Amino acid sequence: MRRDTNFFILIGTVGLFVLANIILMAFGKLPFSSDGFGIILGAGITLAIYSFLYQDNPAFKIAENLYVGVSLGYTIIITWFNFLKPDLYEPLIVPLFSSAAEKSPQYALLCPSLLGLFMLLRFSRKLSWLSRWTFAFVVGLGAGISIPRVISAFILQQIKPSLHPVFSGGETFLSSINTLIILLGVISVLIYFIFSVEHKGAIGKMSKIGIWFLMISFGASFGYTVMGRLSLLIGRIQFLLKDWLGILQ
Amino acid sequence: MRERVVTMPFYPSKRTFVRQICLVAPVVFLAVIFHTIALAQTSSFLMPPAEFQAFDTPNDAGDSISLTWSTSPNDAPDVFYVVYIDKEKDGAFTVEAARIPSNSGYRTGVPEIYGYKKGNSNYHYVQIFPQKVFHSETSERNQTYYFKLAILADSTQIMLSTVASATAKGNWIDTKKINNFVIMVILCAIILHFIVHARRSPNMFLRKIAGLDAVDEALGRATEMGKPVLFVHGLTGMGSISTIAATSILGRIARKIADYDANLKVVNNDPIVMSVSQEVVKESYLEAGRPDAYNPDNVFLVASEQFPYVAAVGGIMTREKPAANFFVGYFYAEALILAETGASTGAIQIAGTDAYTQLPFFITTCDYTLIGEELYAASAYLSREPMLMGTLRAQDVGKGVLIIILILGTILASFGLEFITSLFVAV
Repeated sequence: MRRDTNFFILIGTVGLFVLANIILMAFGKLPFSSDGFGIILGAGITLAIYSFLYQDNPAFKIAENLYVGVSLGYTIIITWFNFLKPDLYEPLIVPLFSSAAEKSPQYALLCPSLLGLFMLLRFSRKLSWLSRWTFAFVVGLGAGISIPRVISAFILQQIKPSLHPVFSGGETFLSSINTLIILLGVISVLIYFIFSVEHKGAIGKMSKIGIWFLMISFGASFGYTVMGRLSLLIGRIQFLLKDWLGILQ
Repeated sequence: MRERVVTMPFYPSKRTFVRQICLVAPVVFLAVIFHTIALAQTSSFLMPPAEFQAFDTPNDAGDSISLTWSTSPNDAPDVFYVVYIDKEKDGAFTVEAARIPSNSGYRTGVPEIYGYKKGNSNYHYVQIFPQKVFHSETSERNQTYYFKLAILADSTQIMLSTVASATAKGNWIDTKKINNFVIMVILCAIILHFIVHARRSPNMFLRKIAGLDAVDEALGRATEMGKPVLFVHGLTGMGSISTIAATSILGRIARKIADYDANLKVVNNDPIVMSVSQEVVKESYLEAGRPDAYNPDNVFLVASEQFPYVAAVGGIMTREKPAANFFVGYFYAEALILAETGASTGAIQIAGTDAYTQLPFFITTCDYTLIGEELYAASAYLSREPMLMGTLRAQDVGKGVLIIILILGTILASFGLEFITSLFVAV
């Protein structure tokens, strides 16, 4: 019974969408061209994705699979044109096998190419162990590069502005209070993230102050991001009402 | 008797002459001075700088040369300095390497080279990248470049006869980042010390982390309900610390799932993260003595783009209705959509991320959230391995040191002593 109802709702909605587009084209609100069909497709997929707010349905599934498929195709094209072609095919493969090539092959590229090929060996049971070399390289390189970056971003760049004089003659009373609040916030949050000491007594109190600081900052961040998301929603609604239905001018 | 007529001579007396000279000379002198100053300020009277030097820029990869010269009395917004470059000392010097207004580009802009000396504003400074100037694809090693400086106002250009030269050389050590290196060495020493210490006495205290205590509860619930556990990776690759931490937590969760005989599904956004996750889960099943229960198809790539990933994971949550969802790693705008969809399916949700902007969304939509560094502490907390425990303890000691530095540094800075502040300059 429930499934039948949903089926009729879906058929009805699709029928309404088709009818609306026929009327829009008939009255010249949408051009009978590739531009017009592009807008219809965009509106249809937008509505199909939003239909998930009601519940999971075939229209959402079609949009979801289309989205995943298109993104995969897009990724393959991007990988070829942005990475494989300029970084491997043109500097190594072409000079290696073409006598008309102007430049000599860059043999140094063989190492990363081999590491990349090792990844594909995961399909072979006998040779899949070779893929671990690539993992080891990627993880080791990533961790190695991250260490100085993390020290710079999370220690140096955070500490220097925190070491602000509370009073040095030029500050107002309120700016001195502000500096003290920032200092208290930084220290209490640091104490909250100390794991090997029991949070009792003075440590416990400072840790609770730290949680307060964290929650206030999260609240501010939440509000800020929600406003950003609302602007995205407004953009989509504008597309539906202006570009598709032509209600907004 | 004829009266003798005494005529006054035409020339003034010597005394009068000296008096007149004394009156006129200062006036003439002042007039000359003022005229010279006025001339100096006009374009027709350009005074080129006295000193002009070139040297290899310190702490770089060997692709730039620094030039410095003293200021001129003509320095003004409409007067320019033009630097010409050539590969030969006796060359034509027709290639322009830099052109700056003469009231800009001082040594004060590069404290990493000249410090904070008062006299820095009396010297100009520019950095030249010869490779860019000559539009060459490859750098020419050990090539000496020659420079000439000209001062330009309106259509008048005066070129200095001095030819400065320098060879750009790469530096192995960037002395500006020495503080970064020292901190790394100190932290490494502390970590190694506490790893050794943790191996000797493994029963180290760790405070309660609610989100991690709830892992057992979530897995137990999934086992009882006979529904899968969904582990959702963030969007960053294996180079990201949060992803490394996420795979470590995945290993612990997979180990427990293998023990409980529950079903684990791991969705991935990155092929390398997927392969690493497959290895980690496989190893966990092996450790639990249940290699037969491992199914590589349960660790799969969903989509490599952000929102297709969200759409697909949302679909999986709605259709398969997992009993527990884990969102671990670095997330972006998809965090709220994923967690909200998961919450609507009634799953128990545990999130862990160091993405500051996404934490509020996880806190509001998940049952438990590992905030920032709790994510890194999670693997030590779950495994209680001495090495991880020692690392965690060392991090805590590091934080303690930072707290002391913050308090001491602020007190000293308040009394005008800023040497601690200068130790923490980030480049």
